[in-house]
Amino acid sequence: MSIWEYANPKRFMQTSGVLLPWVTAAALVCLIAGLIWGFFLTPDADKFGSTVKIIYLHVPAAMMAISAWMMMLVASLIWIIRRHHVSALSAKAAAPVGLTFTLIGLVTGAIWGEPMWGTWWAWDPRLTSFLILALFYLGYIALWQAVEDPDTAADLTSVLCIVGSVFAFLSRYAVLFWNQGLHQGASLSVDQAEHVADVYSNPLYVCIAGFILLFVSLVLLRTRTEIRARRMQALLARERLA
Amino acid sequence: MMPELGKYAVVVGAAYAASIVLILALVALSVWRAGVVKRALRDVEERMEKQRG
Repeated sequence: MSIWEYANPKRFMQTSGVLLPWVTAAALVCLIAGLIWGFFLTPDADKFGSTVKIIYLHVPAAMMAISAWMMMLVASLIWIIRRHHVSALSAKAAAPVGLTFTLIGLVTGAIWGEPMWGTWWAWDPRLTSFLILALFYLGYIALWQAVEDPDTAADLTSVLCIVGSVFAFLSRYAVLFWNQGLHQGASLSVDQAEHVADVYSNPLYVCIAGFILLFVSLVLLRTRTEIRARRMQALLARERLA
Repeated sequence: MMPELGKYAVVVGAAYAASIVLILALVALSVWRAGVVKRALRDVEERMEKQRG
C-alpha cells in the first residue's frame, strides 16, 4: 500500500473518519493529564517561582507553531510537485491551528517575560522571527481567502509557505545563530546543563504529546471540512452548467 | 487542591486563561464550520439526487 493512496479524497475521508475520534480522545487525555500534572503536582522553581508552570503551555505551543509550518511546507511541496489536492487542503487546514499555537506562544511568553525579564517584549532574534512567523501565518490565511481559483490559491500559498519556512527555521535555531537576546536555549535538550529537571520535563512530555495530538485531530477535522467544501463547490458549479 | 502560586498567581492564571480561551475558540470554530459545511453538502447532494429523479 502506498501513502499516495491517501491523496484520493474518498480514501482520505474513510481513513480520517476512523482515526479522528481516537486521536481526539488521546489528545484530550494527554492534555488534561499533562496540564493537571504540571499545574497542580510540580513544585515551584528556584529561579522562576510558580511561573515555571507556564512552560506546559508555552513550550508545546511554540514547538507546534514551528512544526505546523513545517507540515504545511511538506504539504505545499507535495502540491507543487505532485498536484494532490488533499495535500494543498491539509496545508490550508493547518494554518489557523498553527496561528493559534503561535499566538499562545507569543502571549504566554509576553506574560512570563514581564516579571522575569522586566519587559513584555524584546526585539530578540527568536522573538522577532517568531513574530514574523505569526505574520506569515496571517498572510497565508489571507491569501487563501483572497484568491478565487482554488488551484491558483494553492500555488501562491505554497510559494509563500516556502518563503516563510526561513522564519520558522530561524525561530527554532535563532538562539544558536546569535548570542545576543533574552530568550534562553531549549528547555528540552540533550545537553544536561540546559535540560530542565525531570520533575518538570516529565509532565512537559505529556503536554507536548497532547499538543501534537490536538494538532493532528484539528488538521484532520479541518481537512475533512475543506474536502467537503471543495466537493460542494464542484457540485454547485456542475449544477449551474446543467 | 489549588497550588500556592504566591506573587505570580495573576501571571500564571492569565497565561492559562489566555491559552485555554484561544484553544477553545479554535476548537469551537472548527467544529461549528465542520457541521455547517457537512449539512450544506448533504443538502446539495439531496437536491441533485431529487433532480436526477
